[in-house]
Amino acid sequence: MSLPAGLWLLLLFVIPLFMMLSMSLKTCSPASGACTMTWSWGELPHVVNQYRAQFVTSLEFAAIATLIDLVISYPIAYWIAFYGGRKKNFFLIMLLVPFFVSFVIRTLVWQFILSDNGFFISFLQNHHLVSQNFHVLGTGFAVIAGLAYNYLPFTALPLYVALERIDRRVLDAAYDLYANRRNAFLRVIVPLSIPGVFAAFLLTFIPAFGDYVNQEILGGTANTMIGTVIQDLFLATSDYAGGASLSIVLLAISLVGIWFYARVLGSRSIEEYL
Amino acid sequence: MSLSASEIAAKRVKKRHFGRLILPTYSWLVIAYLVFPIAVMIIYSFNKVHAGLQMVSFAWNGATLQWYHEWSNLPGLTASFWLSIKLGIVSTLIATVLGTLLAIALVRYRPPQFRGKTIVEQVLFTNIAAPEIVMGASLLGVFVTYNIARGFLTLVLAHVMFSVAYVTVTVRARLAGFDRALEEAAYDLGAKPMSTFRLVTLPLIMPGVLAGALMAFALSIDDFVTSNFVSGTNAPFPVYIYGATRVGTPPQVFVFGTAIFVVGIGLAIASLFLTKKD
Repeated sequence: MSLPAGLWLLLLFVIPLFMMLSMSLKTCSPASGACTMTWSWGELPHVVNQYRAQFVTSLEFAAIATLIDLVISYPIAYWIAFYGGRKKNFFLIMLLVPFFVSFVIRTLVWQFILSDNGFFISFLQNHHLVSQNFHVLGTGFAVIAGLAYNYLPFTALPLYVALERIDRRVLDAAYDLYANRRNAFLRVIVPLSIPGVFAAFLLTFIPAFGDYVNQEILGGTANTMIGTVIQDLFLATSDYAGGASLSIVLLAISLVGIWFYARVLGSRSIEEYL
Repeated sequence: MSLSASEIAAKRVKKRHFGRLILPTYSWLVIAYLVFPIAVMIIYSFNKVHAGLQMVSFAWNGATLQWYHEWSNLPGLTASFWLSIKLGIVSTLIATVLGTLLAIALVRYRPPQFRGKTIVEQVLFTNIAAPEIVMGASLLGVFVTYNIARGFLTLVLAHVMFSVAYVTVTVRARLAGFDRALEEAAYDLGAKPMSTFRLVTLPLIMPGVLAGALMAFALSIDDFVTSNFVSGTNAPFPVYIYGATRVGTPPQVFVFGTAIFVVGIGLAIASLFLTKKD
């Protein structure tokens, strides 16, 4: 029963990943494009060094966007979980509302909104809040804004699941022991939601880290992220060995994050928050 | 030091304000932020465009239904949309069947009968957690190595690959509370395994299967990253838009975006009402 799906994943997910690993251990000649297996693990640190700036940019943008999302989402997730009442499902759909518009289209809409003659910039300029040659599009701010918007549901939902799952009797116990609301929140609710916070962090950070759509549409040619480099290496310059090495590094970073999560917050699997 | 009754009352009002006033206001502001770009998209899908350049612009030139009448005027855009719908239906059907079978196997069987269960679970999880660009790039590597021409087939292979794990997880969650006694009752009444599955098991897990299928379809229709790697000359909708809008966005893109949004949100709200009736 598990065979068809298992085979599908083996042939199209597991084997390709291993082939990519082996590709990253090969050396390719740029002239002929022919690759030979040299078992050179040296390519991995080499590409990391070569694209250090892009790695740092991706790390920065993804981390800032994820932190913004955590700060924005926590109160609303808390509100829906504890005060949502019978309208919980409606509010959850509202949280998911960006997902009902194609990813590429909603990024294009942000490009439209943030463009130099768009109303966001015009508004700021008309009120003399910024100078006339101020612009957002093509800067890191636009990329971070796009990442934060696009991945917010990935943060809000795990937070909601974590908060929703808190046993209300634990909270009652805190009140019975004369905790005031502030202490009940800080010393009961927040600690119990920590696994959810980390799950939300990973589920937002990993896709944001590898994202290149926001960077290409909103960031212009500056502030290149690592996803853009990988895409270009594969699709524009056909440097498969380099692209494969970078992909392996990206995958390794994600898996280390998940492994770390499993070790530290052990008993509960990140899967529960999906 | 004790507080007077009125001070206590004042404090209570303040606390109640946080739950009743500040938090809801804040939450509605977040919702407004989430809805804002969608509203912009819908409004500007009705904006007139200056003659000549058929691109959306900020200047409001008056409302028009022109782009809804001319929704299919860009042949490439329309073709890519139908390709995406076809791709979504085919890959959803396959992923739902495979994912449901795998979910049943994962819930029912343990290592003696189901060897490698832990590995399968780990593969599923890695599949969901891995950055999409890595999956897309590795698939491209395979297709190039084995000279598999990129087109509809490679798209289906890829889309089933990234949605089957989501279907499995969704169906498995539904199966967790499944009462095996109902199946045993069917067997006791002389039902064969196939008819038990069809008449007892499947109807009971149907909500989970449908939720998984919806998820697979949504993932497929929205996918850009993987599709960008594995599509040939006929690009699905998101890939086509991405390529076609580098110089400006034709208004039809907003029309399609609005249509997809209305259908999607309509389905979601309908399912909300349907589950309430249960």
